[in-house]
Amino acid sequence: MSTAALQNLAISDSGFIFDPTSGATFTLNPTGLTVLLALRDGLSLSGIVARLSERFELLAGDAREDVLDFVQMLRQHGLLQGDFTLT
Amino acid sequence: MKKRPLSIGVTGMNATDNPAPGVGVIRSLAEGGGGERLVGLAYDALDPGVYAGDTVRDVFLLPYPSSSLEAYLDRLEYIKSRVGLDVIVPTLDAELPAFIAIEDRLRAMGIATLLPTRAQFDLRSKANLAELGRRAEVNVPKTVVVNTAADLATVHEKIAYPFWVKGVFYGAVLVHTLDEAYAAFHKAAAAWGAPIIIQSGVSGEELNVVGVGDGEGGLLGAVPMKKLLLTDKGKGWAGVTIRDAELLSVAERFVKATGWRGAFEVEVIRERSGQYQLLEINPRFPAWVHLATAAGMNLPRAAVEMARGAKPAPLRDYAVGTVFVRISIDQIAGLGDLERILTSGEILRASPSLAPAFAESDDAPRSAA
Repeated sequence: MSTAALQNLAISDSGFIFDPTSGATFTLNPTGLTVLLALRDGLSLSGIVARLSERFELLAGDAREDVLDFVQMLRQHGLLQGDFTLT
Repeated sequence: MKKRPLSIGVTGMNATDNPAPGVGVIRSLAEGGGGERLVGLAYDALDPGVYAGDTVRDVFLLPYPSSSLEAYLDRLEYIKSRVGLDVIVPTLDAELPAFIAIEDRLRAMGIATLLPTRAQFDLRSKANLAELGRRAEVNVPKTVVVNTAADLATVHEKIAYPFWVKGVFYGAVLVHTLDEAYAAFHKAAAAWGAPIIIQSGVSGEELNVVGVGDGEGGLLGAVPMKKLLLTDKGKGWAGVTIRDAELLSVAERFVKATGWRGAFEVEVIRERSGQYQLLEINPRFPAWVHLATAAGMNLPRAAVEMARGAKPAPLRDYAVGTVFVRISIDQIAGLGDLERILTSGEILRASPSLAPAFAESDDAPRSAA
């Protein structure tokens, strides 16, 4: 599994993301940005949920599903390799 | 006596929605330079670059080289006598064969150029792209060269619809039926003559590289760009510099395989699978070349230095994430500019004090009597 593409991203505090390899740009809301930065930091699923819970008011069950959905979106955009799994 | 500034002529002053590269090349040369005299060489009195007085100081109309090479050379000789043409940077595909043919005579006139050889020029032509792909080990979409419209009736046996119908110099139309193919063939043939290139349609992201080859198989420098916005003609209207080692490798392999000398643009499609398909090699700077300059790699300046015999150090650094977005504006010009270009075929905006060796300009400031 690899988060190499995430490490190369240019990320602004506003949530604007630039992929220097593909030239693609993305915009993330604050929760998406938190998850992406946590993935870059190598956090586990529970670690990401914990970080989200610290910063936002949310239910743990919903957060896990949302994080997994978000990871799937990153895969679809080529920002995470297909074999990446979050445990 | 004050030393005359270096005079650099640049062709391709058209700057419509399918712009020629000349204005971008001149903008690049104007940056970080030594006060050179930048001269626009235009083929039409209404080429927009003619009226970009802030960017293009002097302008001269040229006859088409296809009409008579002798008349073309006579005109360049005249321009040299007026503004001391030391270097010419041609930027149009259609004029390059003529410049290659007269390269030695230009040199004898004291005009330097940086051009590929005729063999290099021919190898990257659309008609020979498949062979170039083999030599450079780069994937090329399936391509068939046809010379008559009748050939189109059976071309689908080799390349399935939809496919691209391309003129030998410019233009590409995606066609889905034989009738569309006929129409595209005749349009391209009327504009540029035969052959016509039929190329399999490939889908993915459009990426381009601008570069300069050192003539010995090495890459002087190159900048890759992803198009962010296309016009209805498929031309890039916005783009961003990217970091893509594989794409740069395509440019390196092209230069190595051909020993390319001078400017070039590589056009590729990156398929969803990640594979690169080489669409075209353009034998000159692209219209977006100023993006590379803005990103920190001034390739036109390096090309001019090479043309003058220098061996610039390889250029490798540029800022990833530099963006260009074109704009259409209404340039305002005085009636005098229109009069001068239509009646005498030239506009001299230079101050006489900057060009003591030449005839006084019509635009010389006049004291109020």
